[in-house]
Amino acid sequence: MACENCYYTKEHEWIKLDGAAATVGITDHAQEALGDITFVELPAVGKTVDHQEPLCTVESTKAASDVYAPLAGTVTEVNDALTTEPERINQDCLGEGWMCKMQVANPDDVKNLMTAQQYEDYLKGL
Amino acid sequence: MELLFEKSVPGRQGLRVSASDVPTSIHLRKDLLRDSDAALPELSELDVVRHFTELSRRNFGVDTNFYPLGSCTMKYNPKVCERIASYPGFAHLHPLLPQLRGGGMLTQGALEVLYEMDRLLREICGMAAFTMQPMAGAHGELTGIMMMAAYHRDRGNKKHIVLAPDSAHGTNPASAAIAGYTVKSVPSDENGLMSMTALKAMLTDDVAGLMLTCPNTLGLFNPHVKEICDLIHSVDGLAYYDGANLNAIVGKVRPGDLGFDIVHLNLHKTFATPHGGGGPGAGPVGVVEKLADYLPVSTVVKRENGTFALDYNRPKTIGYIAPFYGNFAIVLRAYVYILMAGRQGLKRIAENAVLNANYIKEKLKPYYDLPFPQTCKHECVFSASRQAQKGIRAIDIAKALIDRGIHPPTVYFPLIVKEAMMIEPTETESKETLDAFIEAMSEIAKLAETDPDAIKAAPLTTPVNRLDETAAAKQLNIKAETA
Repeated sequence: MACENCYYTKEHEWIKLDGAAATVGITDHAQEALGDITFVELPAVGKTVDHQEPLCTVESTKAASDVYAPLAGTVTEVNDALTTEPERINQDCLGEGWMCKMQVANPDDVKNLMTAQQYEDYLKGL
Repeated sequence: MELLFEKSVPGRQGLRVSASDVPTSIHLRKDLLRDSDAALPELSELDVVRHFTELSRRNFGVDTNFYPLGSCTMKYNPKVCERIASYPGFAHLHPLLPQLRGGGMLTQGALEVLYEMDRLLREICGMAAFTMQPMAGAHGELTGIMMMAAYHRDRGNKKHIVLAPDSAHGTNPASAAIAGYTVKSVPSDENGLMSMTALKAMLTDDVAGLMLTCPNTLGLFNPHVKEICDLIHSVDGLAYYDGANLNAIVGKVRPGDLGFDIVHLNLHKTFATPHGGGGPGAGPVGVVEKLADYLPVSTVVKRENGTFALDYNRPKTIGYIAPFYGNFAIVLRAYVYILMAGRQGLKRIAENAVLNANYIKEKLKPYYDLPFPQTCKHECVFSASRQAQKGIRAIDIAKALIDRGIHPPTVYFPLIVKEAMMIEPTETESKETLDAFIEAMSEIAKLAETDPDAIKAAPLTTPVNRLDETAAAKQLNIKAETA
């Protein structure tokens, strides 16, 4: 799970920061737990979300789950390819399966999230 | 299996239709008329009888097999309820009749059933009044939440949040959202119960109410339920009881006595009316005194002379939520069921439902992980985590059960349990049936160790084998294409 500048949430989202610009997706653990993803509902570009507010919805053959915003910010771009190929999340959740990009309000808040190592430890405890 | 359309032979017919004596000179706009005849299948009566008999043989229902579908309370529907619902005096009643002049006197029996059912459910739930109108549980939820909204509107409350625990049925947040509320999910604690700490932290003046299923979807009764209701009331919120799991406590505990203000019941669960295929269900809603004025129209009242009538004169009502009087024939079946069981019978229903679930829980404990091992109520939730390490997931175990003549339990719900398998035997199953289920589940657990591929291939005994659920979800195709 090598992802530089990636941070993780307890709800199994990842966020990759480049200054205040961020990319958001769900983790390998999340896609594995969901199983085959059949549908993704993406937010509108320009939508402002608070930390932990629902950002996207992913549906699999098992369940529909909310994806929460790891940090507060504004959606700048969404991965439209997922509407026709939601399986990209299963195949490459950290790469082609990214869900949306956002401008983060306070990049410093990232200190409240988990690093890759912390997230791995967290998974072991589940 | 061929469709009726594929079995069609041009010119074949099952009956000769007599010549029409209705004038054919009715003028319809041209765009409302067909260009060509409808492509109806042409078959003999015997073709049709064999077709539908064969289809019914492939049906999997509680009348044929054990059906431990957790949180659905798939109990046996006594045939006497069916028989009484089919009495011509009930079955042939026209729903408009009680609204016609003098028609009320011709429908006294049906109106009395609705009136008496209201009284029975009040007694069972500790509520002040019920509506029989909602057509299903989720419809009842929406009705209940609309009454919650009406209450707050009347009091000038500006509240926009409805709370529901993360173990809630998906219909709870959906109903609250449809009614216009923002839904916040309260996490569960390590014991599988709604976290009191989290609830207190989320409890603000913006909270309009809390929707709680008790026992919850893990089959656990929340011992703090009274305190929870008091907390909600402390911010002038309303406590909503989701009656999906009433079967575990019916006759034993009344939601009203616990402090709940609104209750919806799924008659097709606890009160053994037909269930599945999207209906017809029935989701009566009961409320405490302070909410009774908001109940939908109409309600049935008893006049001083002892006759029954429909009452539409309810100024504070939330209005019409369904045509006529709900699914009357379903309410009737449940009414018969309650009268038949009686007070003692209803208690025994709850006791045996709980006993059966705990029997299964204890017997299967050695074979499957049990994330919440305490005494459960009417259902227990196992995890297939141990089997998942061998590549066998809950879905595989569910499919393997089909080959053993058992309907799969609910899987992957509640969402807070990994590889969840949610088993609800209900009170109607015998010990022999439960033992056969336990035998099948333990055999599958052993097979997961020794020959996982045998499970992966299941089901093999069904008309169709393992379906591609991903493709079915992505490329939904429900239209039969015929040449």
